[in-house]
Amino acid sequence: MKKLLNTLYVTSQGSYLSKDGECIVVRFESGEKKRFPVHILDGVVCFGNVLCSPFLLGHCADRGLSVSFLTERGRYLAAVHGPQSGNILLRREQYRKADDLQASAMIARSIIAGKVTNSRTVLKRCIRDYPDRIDQDRVKAAVSILDGCAHRLRSNVTLDEARGLEGLAANTYFGVFDQLILRKDESFFFNGRVRRPPLDNVNCLLSFVYTLLTHDIRSALEASGLDPQAGFLHRDRSGRPGLALDMMEEFRSFMADRLVLSLINRGEVVEKGFMVKESGAVFMNDETRKTVLSAWQKRKSTEVIHPFIKERIPLGLAFHVQAKLMNRYLRGELDGYPPFFWK
Amino acid sequence: MLVLVSYDVSFEDPSGKRRLRRIAKVCESYGQRVQYSVFECVVDPAQWTKFKDLLLKEYDADKDSLRFYFLGKNWQRRVEHHGVGVSYDPENDVLIM
Repeated sequence: MKKLLNTLYVTSQGSYLSKDGECIVVRFESGEKKRFPVHILDGVVCFGNVLCSPFLLGHCADRGLSVSFLTERGRYLAAVHGPQSGNILLRREQYRKADDLQASAMIARSIIAGKVTNSRTVLKRCIRDYPDRIDQDRVKAAVSILDGCAHRLRSNVTLDEARGLEGLAANTYFGVFDQLILRKDESFFFNGRVRRPPLDNVNCLLSFVYTLLTHDIRSALEASGLDPQAGFLHRDRSGRPGLALDMMEEFRSFMADRLVLSLINRGEVVEKGFMVKESGAVFMNDETRKTVLSAWQKRKSTEVIHPFIKERIPLGLAFHVQAKLMNRYLRGELDGYPPFFWK
Repeated sequence: MLVLVSYDVSFEDPSGKRRLRRIAKVCESYGQRVQYSVFECVVDPAQWTKFKDLLLKEYDADKDSLRFYFLGKNWQRRVEHHGVGVSYDPENDVLIM
C-alpha cells in the first residue's frame, strides 16, 4: 500500500528552493535554510513569490513529485510534472469512455451519487450534533430532497439528467449551508457560492480549500496514470482538469466544506484574518492561510475505513485509492466505479 | 520506520575529512540532522537497504564507526528532545515554510 507522504507548502515570500543531493533546500531571504529529503514528500506547493531552481524541478519531475505554483492568495497558476506516465492503453480507454455519452453517464451517476450522499451525511451529522442550534426543519427538508436525488440517480438517467440532479442537490445543500455556521456573527455568513473572486470570508475559505483539494486529486490521478483533463461529468475545456473536478465532487462536502465549517465554528479563523480589496474580493492573510494549511494536512491524516476496499487508510490516501479504482473500472476489472461514501 | 544513524570518522589521515563530508551528504539525503553526527531517517525497508549500502561504501572499516539504531514504526513515543535544535516529524508535521 502506498504511504501517505507529506506535502511541502512554501508560503514565505521571497524564498528559494534548490536541490542538494537528494534534498530540497529552502532558503529564506533572512539567509536561514531548511532541508528536506525528497523521499518524505509527495508534492511541493509554492505560494506567490517562491523561486525554484531548474535542477530541483527536474529532480522532482524525475522522482514523481509534482510542484504546483499558486498565487499568494491560492489561485492555481501552473504545475510541473514529469514525463507523461502510465499506460497509454488505459488513457485511451478513458478517452473512449469519455466520448461515449452513455458510459460517461454511468460514471457520472456514481460520482454524483457519492457527492449527494456525502453532502447528505454532512447535513445529517449537523442535525444530530446540534439539534437546538439550527433550523431543523429546513435542514431536514434539504436532507429529504437529497435523498430523492440519490434515489433517482439509481435509475438509468442520462448524463444531462444526472447533471440536472447534481445542480439540484448542490443548490439544496448550499441553500442550507448557512445553517451549519454556528458562530453567528457578522463576519461569517453564507449567501451562496461566489468565486473568481470570492466576495466574503466563507467563500474565500472554500475557494482556497478547493484549490488544495484539486491539487491533491490531480496529483493522485496523474500518479495512477490517468489523464486528469478528460472528465466524464465535466466535459472537455482547454486547461480544465475535468477528471480531477469529477473526482472532487465526492470529496468536497466532507473534506473541504466541513473543514471550513470547523475552522469557523471553533474560532480558529477570525475576522481579522481576512482583507477586502477595493474590488470587493476577499483574501486571507498569511496567518490564516497557515492555519488552513495545517488543518488541511491534519484532515488528510485522519484515518477512516475505506467503504470499498475495507482497509484503514488516512483520508489523504483516499484520493489515490479512488484513482486506482477508476483505473480498475476503466480496465474492465470492476463493473462500475465505486465512489467514496463517507460515514 | 525510523533509523537513527550516528557516525565517528577518524581524522588521522587526510582522507578523513573527505569521508566525513561524503557520509554526511548521504545521511542528509535520507534524513534530518538532529545533532552534529546524528541523523534521524524515516525510511522504508527498500530505502534503508539502499541507504545502508551507500554508507558502507563511504566509510573506512578500520578507522571509522557507524551505528544504526532501529526505532521501528511507532518511534514517536521513543524519542524525546530537550534543549536547542528544533526537528520536524516527517510523517506528521505540517511542512509549511
